[in-house]
Amino acid sequence: MRLLADLFLLIGAAFALLGALGLLRMPDTYNRIQAGTKAVTLGALSFILGIGLLYPEWWAKLLVIAGFILFTNPVGSSSIARAIHLAGIQPWQRAASDPQALKAPQEDKSA
Amino acid sequence: MTLNPLELIVAAMLGVAVLLGMLRLILGPTAPDRIVSADTISVIITAGLTGLAAWLGSALYLDVALIYGILAFVGVVALARTIEGGRQ
Amino acid sequence: MDNISREPPLTLPHYLFIFATANLLWLLLVGEPSRQELILGGLVSLVVTLVSAPHLLIFGGVKLRIDAPLHLLRYLGYFFVALIRANLDMARRILSPSLPINPRMVEVETGLRSTLGRLMLANSITLTPGTLSVDVKDNHILVHWVDASPGVDLEAATREIAAGFERYLGGFLR
Repeated sequence: MRLLADLFLLIGAAFALLGALGLLRMPDTYNRIQAGTKAVTLGALSFILGIGLLYPEWWAKLLVIAGFILFTNPVGSSSIARAIHLAGIQPWQRAASDPQALKAPQEDKSA
Repeated sequence: MTLNPLELIVAAMLGVAVLLGMLRLILGPTAPDRIVSADTISVIITAGLTGLAAWLGSALYLDVALIYGILAFVGVVALARTIEGGRQ
Repeated sequence: MDNISREPPLTLPHYLFIFATANLLWLLLVGEPSRQELILGGLVSLVVTLVSAPHLLIFGGVKLRIDAPLHLLRYLGYFFVALIRANLDMARRILSPSLPINPRMVEVETGLRSTLGRLMLANSITLTPGTLSVDVKDNHILVHWVDASPGVDLEAATREIAAGFERYLGGFLR
């Protein structure tokens, strides 16, 4: 049982790490939101499932926390995306001449 | 509960994830980027607080995690509305 | 939020639904269904329902049909499969050294009429592979694609994703 729980904890932490890594690697805000939201949501859910396997008597409150994360995380991300969209920021495009360019040309328009 | 080596690795990975998020928070370069990383960090920490509850064996930290998550969400939405330009 | 005035008025079953939801949340937070807690939770839920229901017009989007829970379960199943696929896809992109992304914005139309229905659809789109809901204007949802491969009809692909969720969401939301 504990091994299974640890497996879920490990998967959760791995996805949280991936999400944070994506946050660093992605070239513009929209893509950072994509990487951050998806990976970290699944990571948090998997982690909480692991905790639930360790302490089955906590299931009710863990369910509330998991449901809350699942419902609010995309809302928060979309509200940031909407804010920068309304501020007129366009999505990043790969420069045609330099396919490996990781610079986002429109980045300094906002704030 | 004492942590076995695997769980120590898990805790370390969560810590590194928060640090990477912090790096983006510091690097920016724009306000929305910082809000995104604050959002990501807060979700990781919410999950981490449930882990802390398990480690210390106290269900009290689950309430902390829940309230922390709620406050973080409200904060992120408020910040997003603040930087929102254009349409009135 | 912009079209909250078009929300249908709440009926008595909706009041009961809000009461039941508040009660369930109370019990989940308390964690032990003793008699005292049931009575206290019922009282608190009653007060919450009466005070806040006029501000919870968003619940008018819930279809209270006998088969709604079944549709909800099928939606959750479909959703979690999409969420896991989205994460594997995102993990592959983040870990590959060349960062294979090619962002594009696409607009998609939805048949769901209520605010809650559109909210859930936008949320679902955010958590599916390669897509992020950016803005909801009336019945149009603006979607950001992380990877617009050349030669793929993105409009059609987006409609397909939206239709997949709408099929299940339509069972319990307007």
